[in-house]
This record gives sequence, structure tokens and C-alpha cells, in this order.
Amino acid sequence: MAQTFSPQVASEQHSVANWQSRLFHSTLNNRSLAIGLLIIASLGIVALLAPWLAPHDPYLQNTANRMVPPIWHETGSWTHPLGTDRLGRDYLSRLIYGTRISLFIGIVVALISGLIGTTLGVLAGYFGGRVDAVVSYLLTTRLAMPVVLVALAMASLIGGSMITVTLLLGLLLWDRFAVVARSATQQLRDAEYVQASQALGCPLHYILLREVLPNIAGALIVVATLEVANAILLEATLSFLGMGVQPPSPSWGLMIAEGKAYMFFQPWVITIPGAALFILVLAINLLGDGLRDLSAPGGRNE
Amino acid sequence: MWAFVFKRTLIALSVALTISVLCFSLLQLSGDLALSIGGPEATAEQVEQIRVEYGLDRPVIQQFTSWLWGAVQLDFGRSYYYQSDVMDLVVERLPVTTTLGIMSLAIALGVSIPLGVMAALKRGSWLDRMAMAIAVTGQAMPNFWFGLTLIIVFAVKLQWFPAAGSDSWQGFVLPAIALGYYATPAMMRLTRSGMLEVLEADYIRTARAKGLRTGTVIFKHALRNAVIPVVALAAVELGFMLGGSVVIETVFSLRGLGQLAWNAISRNDYPVVQAIVLIIALFYIVLTLLADILNAVLDPRLRAR
Amino acid sequence: MSNLLTVKQLRVDLPVAKGTLHAVRGIDFHVERGEMLCLVGESGCGKSMTSLALMGLLPRKAQVNADCLNFDGVDLLTVSERERSNLRGARMAMIFQEPMTALNPAYTLGNQLCEALRRHQRVSRRAAHDRALYLLKRVGISAAEERMRQYPHQLSGGLRQRVMIAMALMCEPDLIIADEPTTALDVTIQAQILHLLRDLQQEFGTAIIFITHDLGVVARIADRVAVMYAGEVIETASAQALFHAPSHPYTQGLLRCIPTPGKTLPGSRLQAIPGVVPSLIDKVAGCAFCNRCDQADERCHSTPPLQTLAEGHLSRCHFAHQLANPANLNAQEVTL
Repeated sequence: MAQTFSPQVASEQHSVANWQSRLFHSTLNNRSLAIGLLIIASLGIVALLAPWLAPHDPYLQNTANRMVPPIWHETGSWTHPLGTDRLGRDYLSRLIYGTRISLFIGIVVALISGLIGTTLGVLAGYFGGRVDAVVSYLLTTRLAMPVVLVALAMASLIGGSMITVTLLLGLLLWDRFAVVARSATQQLRDAEYVQASQALGCPLHYILLREVLPNIAGALIVVATLEVANAILLEATLSFLGMGVQPPSPSWGLMIAEGKAYMFFQPWVITIPGAALFILVLAINLLGDGLRDLSAPGGRNE
Repeated sequence: MWAFVFKRTLIALSVALTISVLCFSLLQLSGDLALSIGGPEATAEQVEQIRVEYGLDRPVIQQFTSWLWGAVQLDFGRSYYYQSDVMDLVVERLPVTTTLGIMSLAIALGVSIPLGVMAALKRGSWLDRMAMAIAVTGQAMPNFWFGLTLIIVFAVKLQWFPAAGSDSWQGFVLPAIALGYYATPAMMRLTRSGMLEVLEADYIRTARAKGLRTGTVIFKHALRNAVIPVVALAAVELGFMLGGSVVIETVFSLRGLGQLAWNAISRNDYPVVQAIVLIIALFYIVLTLLADILNAVLDPRLRAR
Repeated sequence: MSNLLTVKQLRVDLPVAKGTLHAVRGIDFHVERGEMLCLVGESGCGKSMTSLALMGLLPRKAQVNADCLNFDGVDLLTVSERERSNLRGARMAMIFQEPMTALNPAYTLGNQLCEALRRHQRVSRRAAHDRALYLLKRVGISAAEERMRQYPHQLSGGLRQRVMIAMALMCEPDLIIADEPTTALDVTIQAQILHLLRDLQQEFGTAIIFITHDLGVVARIADRVAVMYAGEVIETASAQALFHAPSHPYTQGLLRCIPTPGKTLPGSRLQAIPGVVPSLIDKVAGCAFCNRCDQADERCHSTPPLQTLAEGHLSRCHFAHQLANPANLNAQEVTL
């Protein structure tokens, strides 16, 4: 029986159930994207302009001015808006310079792990078969290793420093990149334009770099934001445990570790760097959520 | 089903083997073990004696096979620092870490599943928004800092729970919250999206068409199906929690595996580090295997495979 | 015989992004005890919305209005949700289009069959089990005892639809609403299911509202037919009258679309109704079908009244009387 089908009416009926919440979420996420970008951009500027923005030398010790409380305490002063630490160093200046460490480690780790994970994932997804089996095996092995513990042990062997932490985390955090790149490539492998390139005899590197990579880039960027956030948290953790960035560097994790002994009487010594970490990671996560919804409308929750 | 379990077990075993190779290399990388054991004051003869005594003069392969043979029999050698059997140390500390892990998981599940279900049922409401806010903030909070904040608020200011120690169950409450909170967002999101998907399913309409009560529809028909992927995630998260215990146990001074690992790392006590890394990896492997089997039990469709 | 279900001026409105979708725009029909009423129409004409409105299964945002919505003395517009759910499954049951997804994959068939009965009647587990077993056998499932312990994925689509039918019969309802129950099935299975429904209807005396887009199916099973177009019932008649004297251009168009063996020449183009259904987002002025109707003139810009052609034969067309006159009739006959 010939049916005159009206797609317009049907699709409208279908979407009726959840259009309201979809609208709600899309504005929410656009807003989260905007807020995330705004915070990250400002912190990026802070990191770049640290020498001009910081009111004091972050390494300058002043034993006469130890543990000055921040401005919102009665005894606080504008000389040290966020107070000073146990060695009399200006907390705000250390916080500003700490932005550099967090952002540097976050971004470089994501680049290294992104390179490793994407390469493995794309190869596994494109070739399948044995290559896929080997990559899946590597992935399972990597997932079974407790990241914090392995990073701690390795850092203590090699000696903790910013470079060590960056390299270690870069070598450890590639799993999510590999998982996403693999499944995205698998879907692309059978796409007609990829098969057309194969039929035309395009060299392998051309197909992978020009046809596959641009098409999985969106998904990888979302993973990258997650991994930047993850790396920043892990750096802080390692530094907190004394195996990451070493003193006197103003790493936020290290600042919390150094303030731990004073936290019962001056909680702000750990609250301030903790809040900085929280805001930065929150902003990156908001950005990631917003991006995910851009690349797949309604993606996060549906 | 049994072929599937067999294949998964085989993969699990080979992953465990790879990790033990990695762990052993860790020991080799740590430099001249005889020097570490002997300490800075040891004379050259003493070092040589230690080398023979610990079998460190043998070829690396031979050392590895004998270490592995020991590991299979749960004998990880002697700790340099504590001067006792590594396994004894581990067995002594294990209950604290497993208690912590299970309590954390219970808290994470207890928060994330009801919250995820309610968020899905009241989609777009203030409750949904609050749940999403918890998810977003939970993922952004460094857990050691959250732990310290909990100590300041609940142990020092309010004095509801002790700040440290594993003598009583109260000592576990704060660390379990700090560790569990980190796993909550992912499980809550998964519960929420699973419920949203399932609530749209035809069989939910069928259940309602039968006149079943709302509670029966939601809990018997919807939740049962929505929770299947959450179970798998929970097992994996428990594995991560055991790995993450190193941070939380240090913050709360709990005498568990994590704290032992951290102490061992700071003292270059590598046989202990090696053993703990391997044991936590094995836990993770077993848990993911269990998750797969549990999934098959919960989802009749998977049993056919 | 008194009417089991009386529907007068039923309207269903759904809020959508661009305004309000008037999915059902004031329809009248009734169902007598033990009869088979077919609700016919194309996708989006509001027939599924009507059935969900009757069952009370529409999304909460949907607005249901009517002058009368009476099910065996119960006013469905004012009953509490609690009473409504007491009716659902017990006195009115529903069979859905997609047997593959309509059963919960996590529970055995026995479990899902028994729960409706146990919800509505105080019966023992044993009695519910026996009833389920009897009905499974009755709907033609062999090895019923074994099937009770199986999960939905272990059954084919046709078998699952039989289970759905058995499930609908568990509480011996007065009314079953079957929403395109055979559309997703192979043609041979379709025929078996239709036969089964017809037999069961006679055996149990259940009234059935059978929703379909397929006039071939209607011809096989219907006692009476209501044809829906763009949210309205445009023609109601006994099956006999509808196929012999269709009195609405849309019904006639639909009948022309059916190829008839021996009459439609091989290779000739099948007839189709040109144009598309109007959007139901805004108010539809005049006759909803006039933009596709070859007989429309200026009169059709005003809403046509429902015209009575014979006892129980109504048509919403200005030209209904001319069309009903067999002299003007160009539709083919369909053997019933």
C-alpha cells in the first residue's frame, strides 16, 4: 500500500517528550563552554604574564613576615593579599607562578599521551586483526597498572622534577586516547571516502593523516581536555606526596603539602591552592563538556 | 559462556605476567640492590656477601624466574627496611585497604545510584541540576585536598570523626568519603543516562500498560536494566580505588597497603613496592573479569555469547 | 447492546518547540462489547496518540481533552491515576507494534506474564502460573512450560507477539487496544496473528480496537472501521459499507492504492495520493484534506460537518452524499 508519509509530523511527535530538557541542557552547556573558556583564557594570561602580574618574587623568603594571613583576615594587609607561607614567601605570587606549572604539565602531558594513544588507536582501528589484538593487550596491561603508584615509584627512582613528572604522566595517560581513536577509526575505516582513497592507491600515511585523523579530531579534542585536567590533578597529587615537582617550585600540590602542618590553625594555607586547582580543573571539565555537546548534540546525557 | 570466561581468564593471566615482568624491571632499574640493602656504611666485602646471599650474582633471567616462582606461591621475598617477609606485611595491611575500598564503593554507589535515578526521573528539575553540579565539581576536586578539607571540617571543627587511624569504623568514614566521592560522578552520570535511555524503552510502556505500580515499573523494570553498565563500572572503580588508596591512606594515616607502598617508595624498599603494584594490578584484573561475568549474569542476552 | 467505550470530541495537544501540536483534533467514536473496531490511517494521523490517550500512557506534557471519555461507566477524564492503573492491564490491555522491544530483556516470560495478574487479582503464584501456561498454549506456543522459563531474546518476533497477546489476555480484559500488532512481522506470520486475534476475540468476547495503516488487514478482521486523517476521524462505517460505498475522497484514495489481483494490470503504476499531510502545529482551517483532494472547491475552505449517510455511516466531507451515491463511485470493490 502506497503511503504518503509525513516526516515532519512524525519527527515532531518523536521529539515532543524531551525537547524541553534538551533546550535546557543545550543552553546550560553553551554556558558551561563559555564559562570554561573564559576561566581558562584568564588563567592562561595569568600564566603568560606572571612576571608582571606577581606583586613579589615567588621565591623570596622573608622570615620576619612568616604566615601572614590573607586580606580577609583582620590582620591581613594589601602587601600580601593572599598572605605568606611558612618561609615568608608571598602566596599570591607563588599561586600566579604555579599556574604556569599546572598549565604546562597539563598541556604537555596531553600532547605526549595524545601522540602515543592516537597512534596506537588509529593503527588498531585501521588495521584490525593482529595489530588490534596487540594494542588491546597493551591497553589492558596499561589499565591494570595503578597510575599513582607506578608514577610515584618511577619518580622516586628517577628523581622527581617537572620534566620527570611530565614524561611519566605522558607515558601513562594514553589509554583513553587509544580507546577513543580506535573505535572512531573503526567506524571510519568502512566509510566510502576512505575506501575511495584506498582504491585510488593513496599511500597509507596520506589516508591516515588526511582522511582519518581530521575526522576523529573532534572526539580526540574532547579526550584531550579530560586528560589535561587529569594530568593537572595527578601532578598535584605527586607533588603533594613529595615525588613530583620539587621545592622551592611553586606547584599548587606542593603548596598544599607544605601547608599541611599548619592547616588546623591557618586553613587558608591549603584552601587557597586547593581552590585554585579546583577552579582550573573545573573550567577545563566545563570546556570539555561543552565541546562534547558541540561535536555530538545532546551527547553528554543521551 | 564458559568459552568466554576461559578466554578472558587467559588474557587476564598473560596481562598479569606482563605486569610482573614490568615490576621486576622496576627492581632492576633501582640500581645495585646489594648496595641499597647494605646501606651506606657497608664495606665492599659485606656488599659482596649480601649479593651472594640474596642471589643477586645470578643472571637476570634466573633471578626473574625465581622471583616469579616465588610470586606465584605468594612469596615476594624480604623487605629491606622492615626486615620481614613482604607477604606478612601485605597480609597485615590488606584488611584496612579492602575495608576502605569497599566502604568507598558503598558510599559511591549509595550516592550515585539514587541520585542518578532521581535526576533521570525529574529530568531538568533542580534535583537534576544539583546532581549534575555534584558530578562536575566531584571530578574537579583533588582527592587529597578534599580529604584534608574533610579533616579540618569534620575532625577538627565539628569533631564528629577521628582525623586519623584505623582502630574503629569511625576512622574509615572520612577517608571512604574522600575516596568514594571521586568515583561518584562517573557512576551517577552512567546511572542517569542509562535510566533516561531505559525509561524511553518500549518494555517500560508495556509494564505501564499492564497497570503495574510506578515503583514496580521504575525499580523492577527500569533500574534493573539501567544498572547493568554501572555494575561493570563499579568493579573497575573499585580497582582504581585500591590504586588511589596510596593518597588517601597517607592523608588519613591509615595503616593500609597504600601507606605501606608510600613508605616503601620513600625508603627505596623495592621488593615491597613491586609486590604491592603486582597485587593491586591482580585485584584490578580479577575485578574486571568479575565485572564481565556479573554483566553476563545480569543481562540474559549476553549469556548466549 | 450498550457501548463499552464512548469517545466524544477527544483532543490531544502536545507542546513542541514551534508551538502546540494538535495530534488529535476532536474525534468521536465508540466501541461496542465484543466488537473489532479498526482505526485506520497513515503515520502521524493521530491513531497511536488516540490509543495512548485511552490507556492513559501519554507523556505528562500531553494535554487530553474530551466532551466524553467513558469506559463502561468510568469517566476516564476524571479518574485518579491510581484507579486508572487499576483499570490498565485488568480491564483494558494493550498490544504494541514492536514485539522485539516490548518485552523486558531481563526477566523470563513467565515472570512478565504473571506479574499483571498478580498485580490486579489476589491469586496464588501457582494459579497465575497455570493461567499463563494455559494462555501460552492457547495462543499457539508449543512447549509452553519451557517457554515460561525463557527470556525474550530467545524467541522470534512472531512468538513474542503471541506472548504479548497472551499477556494482554491474562486478566480477561473487556477491551484490548492493538497498535499495529502485525506491522513488524513477516506476511505469513501476520496472517497467523490476525487469525489468532479474531479467534480469541470471539472466544473471550473481548472488544478490540485494532490500529493499522493497512486496509488489507482491515478487510480481513474489522466489524467496523474508523478512518483517521490529520487528527480527525473522517469516516466511520461498518467494514461492509466502507469497502462498498466509501464516502470520503481520502478513503476512496486509500482504496485505490490497493493493487487488486486480476484488476490491476501488471507493470502499471500503483495509485498514490498526491501531496503531503498538513502540519498539525497550527490550527487547520477548513477541510484538512482539501489540499490533496481532486474534488475540492471553495466550499472546502470551511470545516465540513459530519454527515450521516446511513445508520452508523458518517463522513466528514461536503460532498459525502454525492460520493456515497453508487452512480458516482469509481472505487473498486474489495472482496471481504
